[in-house]
Amino acid sequence: MAKQDQVPVLECNNLSISYYTRSGEIPAVIDFDLTVNPGEAVGIVGESGCGKSTVALAIMNYMGRNGAIVGGEIKFMGRDMTTMSEEELREIRGSEISMVYQEPMASLNPALRCKDQLSEVLTVHEGISENEALDRARVILQDVRLPDPDRILQSYPHQLSGGQQQRVLIAMALLSNPKLLLLDEPTTALDVTVEAGIVELIKDISAKYGTSMIYISHNLGLILETCDRITVMYSGQAVELGTVSQVFDYMRHPYTRGLFSSIPLPGTDRYSTPLVPIRGQLPLPHERPRGCYFGPRCDFFQEGICGGGFIAMRQVGDDPGHTVRCSRYEEIDWEHYKPDAVVQEKAEFGDKVLEVHNMKKYYEIHDNSLKAMISGERVRYVKANEQLDFDAREAETVAIVGESGCGKTTFAKVLMGLEEATEGTILLDGKDISQLPVRQRKPQLVSNLQIVFQNPFETLNPSHNVGSQIGRVLKKFGIAESKKDIQQKVFELLDIVKLPRDFAFRKPRQLSGGQKQRIGIARAFGGNPSVVIADEPVSALDVSVQAAVTGLLTEIQREKRTTMLFISHDLSIVRYLADRIVVMYLGHIMEQGTTDQIFSPPYHPYTEALLSAVPIADTSVIKKHIVLEGELPSPTNPPPGCPFQTRCPHKGRHGTQQLCETEMPPVKEIGPGHRVKCHLDDDILLRMEPVIEFAKTKKGPSVPAGAITAPVRSRTTKPKPKAKPAARRPAKPKGPKRPRALKAARRGNADDLKLISGVGPKLEGVLNGLGIFHFDQVSAWTKEEIEWVDDYLKFKGRIQRDKWIAQSKKLSKKS
Amino acid sequence: MLAILLRRFVSMVLIMAVISFALFLIFESDKSSVAAKVLGQYSLPEQREIWLEKNGYNRPFAERYLSWVGNFLTGKWGQSIQFDQPVSELLLPRLANTGILGGFVFFITIGISLVLGVLSGISEASFKDRAITVFSVLTTSVPEFASATLLVAIFVFWLDWLPGTSPFTNGFELAELVLPVSVLVIYNFGYYTRMTRASMAEVMTSQYVRTAILKGIPFRSVVLKHALRNALIAPFTVMVLQLNYLLSGVIVVEVFFAYKGFGKLLYDSALFGDIYVVEACTMVAVFVAVLSQVISDIGYTLLNPRIRYS
Amino acid sequence: MTDKTADHATPPSGLSQFFKALGLLRESRIGMFGVILVGFWVIMAIIAPLLPLHPPNTPMVPLQGPFTTMEDGTNFWLGTDHKGRDILSRLIWGSQLVLLWSTLATIVAYAVGIMLGVAAGYLGGWWDEAISFFANVLLSFPVMVLYLIIITYLGSSGFNVIIAVTFATGPAIMRIVRGLVLDLRTRDYVAAAEVRGERPLYIMIVELLPNARGPLIVDVCLRLGYTAITIALLGYLGIGLPPPDPDWGKMIAEAQPLGSFGANGAIWPAIAISMLVLGLNMLADGLREISLRD
Ligand SMILES: Nc1ncnc2c1ncn2[C@@H]1O[C@H](COP(=O)(O)OP(=O)(O)O)[C@@H](O)[C@H]1O
Ligand code: SF4
Ligand code: SF4
Ligand SMILES: [Mg+2]
Repeated sequence: MAKQDQVPVLECNNLSISYYTRSGEIPAVIDFDLTVNPGEAVGIVGESGCGKSTVALAIMNYMGRNGAIVGGEIKFMGRDMTTMSEEELREIRGSEISMVYQEPMASLNPALRCKDQLSEVLTVHEGISENEALDRARVILQDVRLPDPDRILQSYPHQLSGGQQQRVLIAMALLSNPKLLLLDEPTTALDVTVEAGIVELIKDISAKYGTSMIYISHNLGLILETCDRITVMYSGQAVELGTVSQVFDYMRHPYTRGLFSSIPLPGTDRYSTPLVPIRGQLPLPHERPRGCYFGPRCDFFQEGICGGGFIAMRQVGDDPGHTVRCSRYEEIDWEHYKPDAVVQEKAEFGDKVLEVHNMKKYYEIHDNSLKAMISGERVRYVKANEQLDFDAREAETVAIVGESGCGKTTFAKVLMGLEEATEGTILLDGKDISQLPVRQRKPQLVSNLQIVFQNPFETLNPSHNVGSQIGRVLKKFGIAESKKDIQQKVFELLDIVKLPRDFAFRKPRQLSGGQKQRIGIARAFGGNPSVVIADEPVSALDVSVQAAVTGLLTEIQREKRTTMLFISHDLSIVRYLADRIVVMYLGHIMEQGTTDQIFSPPYHPYTEALLSAVPIADTSVIKKHIVLEGELPSPTNPPPGCPFQTRCPHKGRHGTQQLCETEMPPVKEIGPGHRVKCHLDDDILLRMEPVIEFAKTKKGPSVPAGAITAPVRSRTTKPKPKAKPAARRPAKPKGPKRPRALKAARRGNADDLKLISGVGPKLEGVLNGLGIFHFDQVSAWTKEEIEWVDDYLKFKGRIQRDKWIAQSKKLSKKS
Repeated sequence: MLAILLRRFVSMVLIMAVISFALFLIFESDKSSVAAKVLGQYSLPEQREIWLEKNGYNRPFAERYLSWVGNFLTGKWGQSIQFDQPVSELLLPRLANTGILGGFVFFITIGISLVLGVLSGISEASFKDRAITVFSVLTTSVPEFASATLLVAIFVFWLDWLPGTSPFTNGFELAELVLPVSVLVIYNFGYYTRMTRASMAEVMTSQYVRTAILKGIPFRSVVLKHALRNALIAPFTVMVLQLNYLLSGVIVVEVFFAYKGFGKLLYDSALFGDIYVVEACTMVAVFVAVLSQVISDIGYTLLNPRIRYS
Repeated sequence: MTDKTADHATPPSGLSQFFKALGLLRESRIGMFGVILVGFWVIMAIIAPLLPLHPPNTPMVPLQGPFTTMEDGTNFWLGTDHKGRDILSRLIWGSQLVLLWSTLATIVAYAVGIMLGVAAGYLGGWWDEAISFFANVLLSFPVMVLYLIIITYLGSSGFNVIIAVTFATGPAIMRIVRGLVLDLRTRDYVAAAEVRGERPLYIMIVELLPNARGPLIVDVCLRLGYTAITIALLGYLGIGLPPPDPDWGKMIAEAQPLGSFGANGAIWPAIAISMLVLGLNMLADGLREISLRD
């Protein structure tokens, strides 16, 4: 798709980068090619440590003290950057190429106000005055949709939320109108709903400013949403490269294929399409095998072909722009490939094991400020959990989902007895444990309730060997007494979690993250618990390892008929493994029901937003875009009325606004066991549309998930090349015929239709596709035309509800 | 902000109260030994009894303590046994002398260590950095009385450039200040330098400094505008806190050079058993130490916007 | 497979870990210097009785310069002091004293500091308030003042020196340990222990303390040097170990009033103490360097 006549903004050829450490040279990136054309967004995807950040920093020519570019060239606008002087580089950095980082908080200077950090970009690069610079900063801050730019300018970074900080950094990067924007995992540290907002923003930027982008992420779904072309990296090399549809729909490298098969996609569950983990783990740079770096993990490895020398990138068939680093890609028969998947049977649930009734947990905070001392309001409450009501049965997996700070971990702590509930009961096998601290619990009870922790690097004590840490559990819970018994049991547990027995004698630091999590699982199941809490057990692991650990966890759980409470922020994994789901927001359960109930309408408005925010790595999915405004409120100071009312897009529908803002919504049962906490009338809830739909039915299940051969994409903002001939648009709506003429576009620049509330970039694209570019076109719609568009967009009256016509009238007057 | 100050102040008073009580307990709970110390070893029991009665030592302990505190707060610090002089008259000029010594040392040390620390911190692992590090390890390893011995051997006995003691018999003399100040600076600057270096090096590898560099800001501004401000918070706090240790060193140096300061007074009185002087000196020393903690706390709050605005 | 691997089960002993650390130290030049300097004095202290030295406290010919050979052939390598005692011999026997007492004092101070620090950090609440306040009170004394008060009150003896050092440095150690524990107690493995109902004592000793080891070892070296200085200093001020033992600080104090005649007697112990402390500081640096590596 490269427009041949243009000079690429960036061109990396045979780029090789090494770090020099005590143990010698570590080749972090090898033989890396990348071309970014003007206005293009290129994604780099890969697991942590595969060299993504190294590439980004090399493009900035900032290699730190111990890094160096050891081969190849990096051409920016045709000039080789590797030979530039420090001063030349300085002039390019921040003005022509700028970068946005993974950790917004750490990337902003804590001691300087935002205005100083923003304005200096312009005062340094363009030599304009401080005041002029601030004026421009104000405009950009508005462009990145930060409310009240003046307040932001005066703030120190710590006074802003993570999402706001990232927007400030994006604004900073855009200030001098760079030609190339590097985004290194810009949303990884953020919550999903905040992430959705940032992604939306990034897409708009590329459309509005025409900036070329390199978007780095480990998340395939995000790349799909933001990029035109994609490079898949593995262990320092690019292994597959092509347009988004080439790679997503016609992937050729076994690693790419493995990556797609190991992430849960919508519409899959663990019974029909089990995940296929990639075995083994990413080799460390100095432990890379000869030949193909993916060899040891590849099912198609053949000594003579793959294990020999260097493997070069080759074009796939006669498909220009699609290249792959695999010697055997033509020979691999994907149709008949049957990988070992973690197949599971549906379980029969037993009796209720755990019942939570009206559980509340408030933390007291002592406010020591002078104001509080004087006013006497020394104690404030953080309402971490409010009115939790749910239960779990034997062998059932109940997922608790929500964004950070919604009270998931607090609930886990109360359950484990590390905190005491403020109110309410938690019945475990009929006995109330809500007020029983762990030290007062009988060993029998303690062993009945165990937990798998989130962070693999903290879950094991680095000072003791693995065996003794598992052994301690066995001894403590009386599973085994004598030294010999304990050791035997430890070995058996290691067998269960599929680790070699001699791991018992290893220290945790000799284990990889995934292996540590397996030990954590062995430890949790060692005492034969009846309930296991898994607190984000895989969120810190790499995608290719996640599947294996999740599979293992559910397998053991099913086999031992343990009840599992799976805490997560990741809806896709939850959909994949949970039987029932509890959705939390600000300490409240907003919705609960079976997995099917949660993932199909009617939804609670928050669930709807959450679902829409999850990036999905599947080109055939059409997603409704709901981007939440505002920030997560603090649990110390929750809003009055409905906890979600400050961000709810449905607030005020059918005159409930007053209610939403003043009264806590009731919990309504809208299906068997499906409960929703919302004021909306039943009929509004029931008329909700699905957030995720498929444009076309997928092929049969013989192909692993993700290996979709007929791509259908809904994106219309930018033309996409096609890998294979396929329908490019969702099936045309049947409705009435298109009216003769929607008012034709006049000449002149297109208006920003997104200013109409209810229109996002995606809708704008669709409207543009209909030839609608201006506000006055919209405001001139006849009733018939409104109905037609409404139907065409499957809106069911939204145009009228959202008052598009009135809005556009106002807007067209302004413009 | 005000609340922090207030809380700090309360804890300061509390600490002083506890320490004064402990001192009183140690030195004056056994009243007969007080009398023996004041009146001398060879005084008669009757004399001691009369003295105790006259000076109110036969009152209950708690009452005695409270009246002692009252006296102390109103500046009645008693009579020195050794010098037969009111303690307050004795102490104040000595404090002034120590103030001169301490002031010189404090500012010279800070000056040297900030410059060296920043220089070595911005180019971590360079030759300059290594040289500074080794140099400061070397100097911090030579305790005051050892470096004093060596400096005196060189500059007094061998080269005969400087006086070997600093009694200020002919009034204030700068030459007599050189050796005491050098000794203290040598021992102390290394620690501060390494503090500053560590803090600076950490800031230089921070992500926000990387952001600044990748924004294309000239290196000088990166250091001056972005790095220093953050890097100096920790050293500042520590330097003020370490006033306490400086004071200890001052005592040693004053003893070594016979410098007529507060430390020498405390030392002499402690060996002599001049309890009222010891009490007064200790309270003054503790007051300075606690005050420095408060200042360091306030300074930290002022320097750190994260605490200032939260 | 189990048979073969079972012999890995013996955990590495403390001693073997020490030697492993020593092996790693070889990669740090500064650490190696430290080992050599400290090793020198440790060996001297140990083999002092075996060396052909003059008795340290016997007066012979006073005020001889370095490298003097008497007519009867006796050598005074470093000369003699004002009482005619051999300086070299006093220096070497003195090293025994300094090392012994500073090690003992550091051990006691550490025992107290660790106990209080772990308790304050892990138990929190009133424990923390009380212990921290007590520590703050002690830390408000300039250490010299504390020494003067404690020793003049208790009298000078080796045992009292230990008490004084414990009072003076215990609170600082407690603060360090408390800080480390406050950080460590948030780790999931501590939560895991709590969740299986372990008692606080077990958690403090088995789960927390071993992981605070790294930074503490570095601190021990620094603290040992500091205590050696303190012991010599107390000797210098005349409130340390009672005479006539050849304490380095006392040697300086005794030589000082003699002015330039005493210079020879003062320089050597001054160099000796600086060498020892330098060694310990470099060792600490080396240990920190290797601990930062992995
Ligand atoms: N400063 C460094 N010194 C030594 N090795 C490094 C350094 N930075 C990164 N590496 C190594 O280089 C490889 C690639 O790292 P990175 O580019 O950060 O990967 P990614 O961004 O894909 O997670 C990893 O093996 C990492 O350990
Ligand atoms: S080259 Fe061989 S080992 Fe590597 S990915 Fe292709 S088939 Fe697998
Ligand atoms: S109650 Fe109102 S604000 Fe809350 S979720 Fe329902 S519609 Fe939205
Ligand atoms: Mg990275």
